[in-house]
Amino acid sequence: MEDFLYFFSFQDPNVLMVVIGISLLSISAAMVGTFTFLDKKALVGDAISHAVLPGVCLAFMFSGNKNPFWIVSGAFFTGGLCTYAITWISNYTKLKEDTVIASVLSIFFGVGIVMMTQLQQTGNASLSGLDHFIFGNAISIVRKDLWVYGFLALAIILSILFFYKEFKVMVFNRSFAESVGLPVKRLEFLFNSLMVLAVVTGIQAIGVVLMAALLITPAAAAKFWTDRLDKMLWIAVSFSLVSGITGAYISFVLPHMPTGPWVVIVLSLIAFLSFFFSIKKGILTKWIARRNYQRKIHSDHILKALFGAREKGKTDLSIESIFNNFPGKSFKTQYSINRLIDKKYIIDNQGNISLTKKGLTEAKRIVRLHRLWELYMTEYMNIAPDHVHDSAEKLEHIITPELEQKLDKNLNFPQADPHQSIIPRDQDKS
Amino acid sequence: MSFDPNAFLIISTGSMIAISCGLLGVFLMLRKMAMTGDAISHAVLPGIVIAFMISGSRHGLAMVIGAGLVGIIATVFIEYLSNKVKLQSDASIGITFTSLFAIGIIMITFLANQIDLDQDCVLYGEIAYVPIDLWITGSGTIMGPRVTYLSLINLALVSLFIYLFFKELKISTFDKEFAATIGLSTVGVNYGLMGMVSYTTVSSFEAVGAILVVALMVVPPATAFLWTKNLKRLIQLTIILGILSSLLGYYLAFFLNSSIAGAMATVAGFFFFLSVILNRKQIPAIKKKLSKIKASNISI
Repeated sequence: MEDFLYFFSFQDPNVLMVVIGISLLSISAAMVGTFTFLDKKALVGDAISHAVLPGVCLAFMFSGNKNPFWIVSGAFFTGGLCTYAITWISNYTKLKEDTVIASVLSIFFGVGIVMMTQLQQTGNASLSGLDHFIFGNAISIVRKDLWVYGFLALAIILSILFFYKEFKVMVFNRSFAESVGLPVKRLEFLFNSLMVLAVVTGIQAIGVVLMAALLITPAAAAKFWTDRLDKMLWIAVSFSLVSGITGAYISFVLPHMPTGPWVVIVLSLIAFLSFFFSIKKGILTKWIARRNYQRKIHSDHILKALFGAREKGKTDLSIESIFNNFPGKSFKTQYSINRLIDKKYIIDNQGNISLTKKGLTEAKRIVRLHRLWELYMTEYMNIAPDHVHDSAEKLEHIITPELEQKLDKNLNFPQADPHQSIIPRDQDKS
Repeated sequence: MSFDPNAFLIISTGSMIAISCGLLGVFLMLRKMAMTGDAISHAVLPGIVIAFMISGSRHGLAMVIGAGLVGIIATVFIEYLSNKVKLQSDASIGITFTSLFAIGIIMITFLANQIDLDQDCVLYGEIAYVPIDLWITGSGTIMGPRVTYLSLINLALVSLFIYLFFKELKISTFDKEFAATIGLSTVGVNYGLMGMVSYTTVSSFEAVGAILVVALMVVPPATAFLWTKNLKRLIQLTIILGILSSLLGYYLAFFLNSSIAGAMATVAGFFFFLSVILNRKQIPAIKKKLSKIKASNISI
């Protein structure tokens, strides 16, 4: 708790600096990532993040120290080279893009490892902490680094805001962008550069291996909450911000912990919660909706069975005969009967079930929709009467009152369906 | 250069690993699952750590089972995310492997003081230790380098797998619908292949590192694919490239005084880029020749 207060009161200028740094970096990565996700280039980000390693090592070889300016230039150089190589090889060979990405990624990383092990053999003391670039350690960021990384992150954020419209068109409709005369090639180059830069800014805090997650995961999680690009950007940025700061906090409390993996864990947690519980598209939400719908269908079928019996002159049905109507679904049937009784659609009279007035209205409505749709199919779509039942079975549960009125009106308020069954109406006496 | 038994051991172990990886990689590439291979090689990490915690050693069956299980779980997860959750497939791969890899790294860091497993070992591997890492039996007899045995067993199992299921692999790779109609379990073949990929990753990670396994899995088949479209030729060429990468990689590493696994990936990459350049120049040239032949035929 003491640590918590100390960290989040920002009284320590170093803590404040780290938090500002990681926030800027999270924001820029999430923004770039949203566009790469929508452009289906998520794995290119992964390739770039592995490919900056040789660049970082090259920078060491030339400068001999951890000067952030050199590191950034080196990383940008090999990251850009990797992006270029992927496009070039995909265009000029028959290799599939994922093979190209995997190949380029592992080759660049291999070259990086060669350089890194070679550097470590030289025993240069200023090279200690080189491995921070692999897993990232936000706490190791010093003021000099912050200026470079912070400036870059800000530049990325501003460029994206400035070219927001252009990037939006480019990602969603490339041919349209071309037809209205946007310089798509140049925009693409700019965007690729921003993508490389976003990875580069993260290498010291998050590390090269896991930087890809910062591009992919916030956008993927945000997609489950909205379909609008502007909202998606906001949501992705907030997810990323929360994870970034949490990760920095954890590696502050447990100093030997690398920051990158913790940021990724928090991010993944948010993403999985989104996949399951998001209001629009979550697995759980969808599952509940589907279950409710299936329950409604089953109740509708019971009401229909009771109405059918009524048409044959029987006012009630025994529970067993209802169960027999739906073989193998006794559990579901029992549940639906209980629900219908609760809703006062039916009453149970010593094992015999009959419709109440309210239930009768509802049953009539369902049968009416079924029969109206059957008639519509035969009249307007010229489908043979013996082929229309299945479609009506589905649509009877979803036709809205407005649609019902339209159907009724267009069919000129018919009396009977194609099978000569009477279409029931509420004003009927029965 | 005089015969150096250590160099020979390292090169032959490296070759066996490269061949096992390449054989599986051919099918991964043809099934457009190159990135799934990459994902598995990152994702087995928590499996390795858990198995290590339980069994207390870097060797043995627990490791293989642990990593194999996590590898298959990762595959199932990727497919679940893209089919049921309806997430883009590239994002499913990305999210799955980064989160599992992060979990693995955190576990290693937590246990850093207690176990003999560090981040460097996982990332780069150290094939140079092969000659001194000996398999010693309970009675104290020295049986020879342990990792060499492991890679030999791995190579034998992978070859056996591909030999036994060659027809199944081929059919389900090139014509999924046909495979399903003749009653072949494409799911079974898929998980079999993924299981082999996980197992190979585990048995080679000590030597070449978790990430560089991918270089040996994808790069030689991709290079071979630039030269031939015939499956048997593809496999032969992949094997040759694997051996060459191992051989030249060793001497490159010796020369630069660096990681052997990294150097193997570098050599494989050199062949890859060379092939891309040669192919790119050759294709227009061949087309020109062909059109000339056709033109002369018509004139006759």
